[in-house]
Amino acid sequence: MQFGILVNEGPYSHQASDSAYLFARTALEKGYKVPRIFFYHDGVYNASRLATPPQDDRNVGARWSKLAADYGVDLVVCVAAAQRRGITDGVLGDNFRISGLGQLVEMGIQYDRLVTFGD
Amino acid sequence: MSDMDEMDDGSGIVKKFMFLNRKAPHGTVYALEGLEVVLITAAFDQDVSMVFTDDGVYQLLKGIDTKGIEVKDFSKTYRALDGYDIEKLYVDQASMDARGLTEDDLIVDVTVLSVDEMANLMAEQDVVISF
Amino acid sequence: MLHIVNKSATDRGSLESCLAMATKGSAVLLIEDAVYAATTGGAAAAKIQAASADLKIYALGPDLAARGMAARVLDGVNVVDYAGFVDLVAEHKSCQSWL
Repeated sequence: MQFGILVNEGPYSHQASDSAYLFARTALEKGYKVPRIFFYHDGVYNASRLATPPQDDRNVGARWSKLAADYGVDLVVCVAAAQRRGITDGVLGDNFRISGLGQLVEMGIQYDRLVTFGD
Repeated sequence: MSDMDEMDDGSGIVKKFMFLNRKAPHGTVYALEGLEVVLITAAFDQDVSMVFTDDGVYQLLKGIDTKGIEVKDFSKTYRALDGYDIEKLYVDQASMDARGLTEDDLIVDVTVLSVDEMANLMAEQDVVISF
Repeated sequence: MLHIVNKSATDRGSLESCLAMATKGSAVLLIEDAVYAATTGGAAAAKIQAASADLKIYALGPDLAARGMAARVLDGVNVVDYAGFVDLVAEHKSCQSWL
């Protein structure tokens, strides 16, 4: 079974991004497939590699990058939402890429489930 | 948005997508960015329903004038939806009643559903995306 | 169908909207700030208990624990961990997040 995940909030200001990460990681650990995670609205801020949280806090961006590296998850950032918020190719963390909203729609069409995390 | 005319994911699958709009316009970006997803989904020839409940019904009000807050007035886009073959627009009767609104207050033709009809419509969807 | 609610019921109306539209037999999972609704003594407790006659009510354990509410869960509410959350999504044909 394939899960798509939509993340609509940025890290550190709302729990949605943490909930989405824990859901994705658990699904992958249980053997489900999460081929793609889509970042929309302020969710695009998850992709910034410029964030430098304190040492004793979680590093949300790096955590997503590692999940993608470990399980081959496609981390897609919406281009229109990203451009509005200054997220460009130059600031993307590892394994994130910028693409269109069509990638989100494809998740809805092709995968068995689409789970939204947001505010 | 001319690149949206002929999108195809190659699977030939048509699913029922419901976009559930529960938030007022302008206070947050969700209504505007949600509308962008709806337009793209229709370009993939999917079976799209747009539903307005709770404060989401405020998105469809006539007489919206955003000049004074210097943001885009996307309410006009709702009138262009039939050009994207999006014809299934539903509003929740109880949400309208709770806000003193009637169909005459809205900029587009909609189908008004009771809460039970709305619940059944939601239950039969393949994909529900809420903004 | 699985309904996911993440807002405190004393702050926003999403739990109420969800309960009004969830058809008999569907599941409601409370996460993040919505978990307060699943605890004893709160304003939403009566609503949750009434709803649990027709709906299956779940609350996410890690979110309860993070809010000091793990020991105050209402009877009739099923506490699940993230693995249980994943299973609920897998078991239901579709899910809706009441954002």
